[in-house]
Amino acid sequence: MNKLDELEAESIFILREAYCKLGKLGMLWSIGKDSTVLLWLAQKAFFGHVPFPFIHVDTLRKIPAMIEYRDRVAKELGIKLIVHTNWDAVKMGASPALGRLECCRLLKTEGLKQVVKKYGFDGLIVGVRRDEEGSRSKERVFSERNAEDSWDYTNQPPELWNQFKTDFPKGHHIRVHPLLSWTELDIWQYIRRENIPIIDLYFSKNGKRYRSLGCECCTGKIDSDADTLDKIIAELKTTNVGERAGRAQDNEDSYALQKLRREGYM
Amino acid sequence: MSELKIVFVGHVDHGKSTIIGRLLHDTKSLPQGVVDKVQRIADETGKNFEFAYLLDAFAEERQQGITIDMTQIKFSTRAREYLIIDAPGHKEFLKNMISGAANANAAFLVVDAQAGVQEQSRRHAYLLSLLGIKKIFVLVNKMDLVGYSEQRFRTVADDIKIFLASLSVTPEKIIPLSGIAGDNITRRSENFSWYTGGTLIETLDKISDVDEKISATLRLPIQDVYKFDERRIIAGRIESGSLKIGDKIKIFPEGRETFITELAYWQERDKKKSARAGESVGIIVADEFFNKRGEIITLSDDKPPKISNRLRASVFWMGKNFLSVGKSYKLKLATTEVEATVEKIIRTVDAATLVRQENARELKRNDVGEIIFKLKDKIAFDEFGRFQATGRFVLVDGYDVAGGGIVLSAQTAEFEGTIFRNGELSFRAELFDEFYYDVERREFTQVAETENKLYEVGDKIPTNGFSFNYPANFDIILLNAAGFVKIRGAKVDSIGQLEDYVFEKIPLMNGRGFGLKVNSAESFAEFLRRFKAIENVRELADFSNKYFFLNQFRELKFYFDYVI
Ligand SMILES: Nc1nc2c(ncn2[C@@H]2O[C@H](COP(=O)(O)OP(=O)(O)O)[C@@H](O)[C@H]2O)c(=O)[nH]1
Repeated sequence: MNKLDELEAESIFILREAYCKLGKLGMLWSIGKDSTVLLWLAQKAFFGHVPFPFIHVDTLRKIPAMIEYRDRVAKELGIKLIVHTNWDAVKMGASPALGRLECCRLLKTEGLKQVVKKYGFDGLIVGVRRDEEGSRSKERVFSERNAEDSWDYTNQPPELWNQFKTDFPKGHHIRVHPLLSWTELDIWQYIRRENIPIIDLYFSKNGKRYRSLGCECCTGKIDSDADTLDKIIAELKTTNVGERAGRAQDNEDSYALQKLRREGYM
Repeated sequence: MSELKIVFVGHVDHGKSTIIGRLLHDTKSLPQGVVDKVQRIADETGKNFEFAYLLDAFAEERQQGITIDMTQIKFSTRAREYLIIDAPGHKEFLKNMISGAANANAAFLVVDAQAGVQEQSRRHAYLLSLLGIKKIFVLVNKMDLVGYSEQRFRTVADDIKIFLASLSVTPEKIIPLSGIAGDNITRRSENFSWYTGGTLIETLDKISDVDEKISATLRLPIQDVYKFDERRIIAGRIESGSLKIGDKIKIFPEGRETFITELAYWQERDKKKSARAGESVGIIVADEFFNKRGEIITLSDDKPPKISNRLRASVFWMGKNFLSVGKSYKLKLATTEVEATVEKIIRTVDAATLVRQENARELKRNDVGEIIFKLKDKIAFDEFGRFQATGRFVLVDGYDVAGGGIVLSAQTAEFEGTIFRNGELSFRAELFDEFYYDVERREFTQVAETENKLYEVGDKIPTNGFSFNYPANFDIILLNAAGFVKIRGAKVDSIGQLEDYVFEKIPLMNGRGFGLKVNSAESFAEFLRRFKAIENVRELADFSNKYFFLNQFRELKFYFDYVI
């Protein structure tokens, strides 16, 4: 087995474990490359019969092409998709003008909390990777969130031998992270190997491309001529620019993402 | 080639983070921003550039100066990719160290050349051996502080070798280096003219990652059974061995036999006829038994797993509450879950001091113990020595994983030790336990046998042990149980109740093998009378001093012992 085979097998094992051990389950689909790989792995794990819905927390500020892509792929694959927006926050006028972190908290963190409550999810599958940034590198595969959705990263259970946290009080939920061991490069190599249809915003146009996707207002492009999978892979092998460098909210303060995540951000 | 998972352990401040930082720095695996940041800290505080800081992902850690949780870092050499798990050395964070180390292919034990082997060096080495990590390397760090002395290196290396030997571990290699100076990490150094072994990086690249799982027997624990269409798909990950369409298989614990008709797939391009260790598969079998999660599939001709509702295991405990006799926990082994009650704690070992205690009632946080569990149902499993994946488990206390363990053996009956039985009569004896004086801890220890042993009339008994030497003919007088056993020609001659015992002029001993100072029928009767009159422990001690020889048949030997 090569590394991609191993990663695939491990992620499938995790997805099946989540389905078997957690009650009500949903998978976050952010339209980006990671959660699209996750969607693909779920199809493989359950032989094309994914037994849980996909969830998209729509901030109404996403790049329009993302929404078009979302609706088209959902229809093609025939998946069950829940789209949720924190309308209270939208009506209150949530925007980066309140501060980017506050905007993220309202539209994404709060939006996410609302779906969890509304549908009573016990488990939420999320495509975060350990190599994305510091606080994610501390994550567990099955990571508990309390009734307030907060994450106590100083007191996490050990994850021995693929035995995950499957016992927790009612009202808590588990964030399941099947892609935790993958790197950005693994993701792209897997996309190439499996021929996974991916949104074209990642490919260079006029010398610029998105490396990570988010809200239109807070996501910048990077300088790049990579307009094919091969070129993206070649580019990643040599770059030393951080993956989330284009994500403005992270740069608000050094521990921005850690703060957001403690409160329930993905 | 796939990725190699490695872990660095060792006493706090012996230099794990520095060595890892160095490795990443010298293999150019870090973004420039990180290096600049650490340089800035050094400039601002006026201190030296700390390679250890390169790893700190969290603000809290930098403030405390210790690593809170394991961090996982990737880097690659020309040969392959690596995943480093940085296990913390701080006492309180044992569980993180275990979490990290449990999944490693190889481990590096960092020992400070000046300070030598310390408490956590031993504790971590002990845990690594318990976790079944076979490839253990030793890094003797801070050689710059001892003037790159070969002699000092030899001393530290010998110390650690002796200790590891007591754990039945032979280190793959012992490397002298300096994390700070970068000597022997990625480049050889003039300072080590006396050292001809490879650098750390050369050593890493030479570690074989040949997957021993592949050739072995099939073990496929059932993870789930799906019925999305008319087929019943058994899902699971192959832990060892391989399978193909048409193979005859058995499903344990029941041992039902059937054969594989199909391997399920999603897209046409994933279609296949066979699969092997590591793969997550879906199989369809000819006979639709009621298969369920937790069962283990093997090929029909394979050595079957053990089936039992009792097992003996080494357990390390991380829970807030003590693990104690009589309590029940959820035991999760591969995909099985079963209620497990602690029947007996044979002994405990304090993971810090390695002090052991026989016949304990509870296991404290950070303790390791040898325990007999009684399971609510019979399950299929393996001895850890044979198959790791189906021979290890975690224990859940309430909502939390509170311990981990490895199976030493299936236990067919309750743990009783050595038993002499004659029909209805059955007596326990500690005749074959070993007694010795531990030269390191400076105390006497009695070490119980771990297997149940049953002796009936006609059975031969062992007469020589490490600390005992019995004659061929003697009688055992069991005062508390009111029984006797006569041994003739090193065989059990008769077993009976004390009231039926007839004194003979022959060596006598009690159930622990202590000689009895009695030489006539009268004095034997007097001995029994006095025993019945005992009212407190003080009188018991006086009685014992009057009547027993500690060393008539036993010899107190000197010994050292770190391990179970
Ligand atoms: N002189 C010297 N000091 C070292 C060396 N390696 C580490 N240190 C120092 O030892 C201290 C502890 O190192 P660190 O890597 O944080 O230890 P850890 O607790 O094992 O991760 C730090 O102050 C390091 O600068 C070495 O090779 N030589």
